[in-house]
Amino acid sequence: MSASLAARTWLIVPLYNESQVVREVIAEARKTFPHIVCVDDGSSDDSANEARLGGAVVVQHPINLGQGAALRTGLDFALTQKGADFFVTFDSDGQHSVDDALAMVTRLSKGDLDIVVGSRFLDNRTKPGFVKVVVLKLAVKFENIMTGVKLTDAHNGLRALSRKAAQVIRIDQNRMAHASEIVSEIGRNKLRYEEMPVHLVYTEYSKSKGQSVWNSVNILSDLFLK
Amino acid sequence: MDSQLWVKILLIAVFVIFAVMLVLPGRGARHLAVRRIALVLVFAVAIVAIAYPELLNSLANLVGVGRGTDLLLYGMVVVLIGNIISTTRRHRQMEREVTQLARALALSEASRNESGSRPRG
Repeated sequence: MSASLAARTWLIVPLYNESQVVREVIAEARKTFPHIVCVDDGSSDDSANEARLGGAVVVQHPINLGQGAALRTGLDFALTQKGADFFVTFDSDGQHSVDDALAMVTRLSKGDLDIVVGSRFLDNRTKPGFVKVVVLKLAVKFENIMTGVKLTDAHNGLRALSRKAAQVIRIDQNRMAHASEIVSEIGRNKLRYEEMPVHLVYTEYSKSKGQSVWNSVNILSDLFLK
Repeated sequence: MDSQLWVKILLIAVFVIFAVMLVLPGRGARHLAVRRIALVLVFAVAIVAIAYPELLNSLANLVGVGRGTDLLLYGMVVVLIGNIISTTRRHRQMEREVTQLARALALSEASRNESGSRPRG
């Protein structure tokens, strides 16, 4: 065993106007994962600086490009880093748990998978609202049919990727549709995937920022219109 | 028999083609060529219609539309929507290019900062 799992992992955190919480989120995650790259997606507040103070490397988009682009930039940056074997996409608003991330990397390190995707619906820890459950389930059904990839949670931002997965996954969709795009990329590249139950904390803060159900319409049209 | 059958078929066909265009990824060169051909056609039709208005009328009667002005209106709607679709597509394309550019910039900036003074931990 050369280095510990956490030291071989890069956390990729897309960041957009989260200056209230990001420092705390990063500092907390740094207790476990020493390498964190925050991709500041053209925030108009002090997010980038806060992330730096939390201890992350910050890559800054000159203009707002959307979360999909931020993820891809983060992956590209982390891939150039020495000793980076695992890549975890992690939200900047404190919804994700560091323990879940570590568990996913541990699973990935067995070497028989390319990507581990978090799911809210494999156990009962997460409590989203009723409408959200219905919309998310419908999205999942639809994606299963379209991509042939069987996942129970279509839009979970917590994922652990191997080098291979980090290299091959293309993200063209700038806006929220990137989550669906990642799923279809798993299918297209025939990546070996598995889901793991994760716990999302719906705090008042994350709820106030969370995407509205209407966004599923936008996601659908983004995916189909060229 | 429906006297407007032909114009209906024609218009529906055009909109089906538009819908397909929206979903299929187009190649740049072909798309540009189609755009230009369409533009030339619009000019040609406009000039002919101005010079020989009665031609428009008989064409309208041929496809089952009462007046030439009505046909002109239908044609305008088609051209307008086609133009919107084509512009939207170009817009998306440009958005993708801007994204690539900005991401490349962000990464090169980051690697410059890194080789500078940042302490690694």
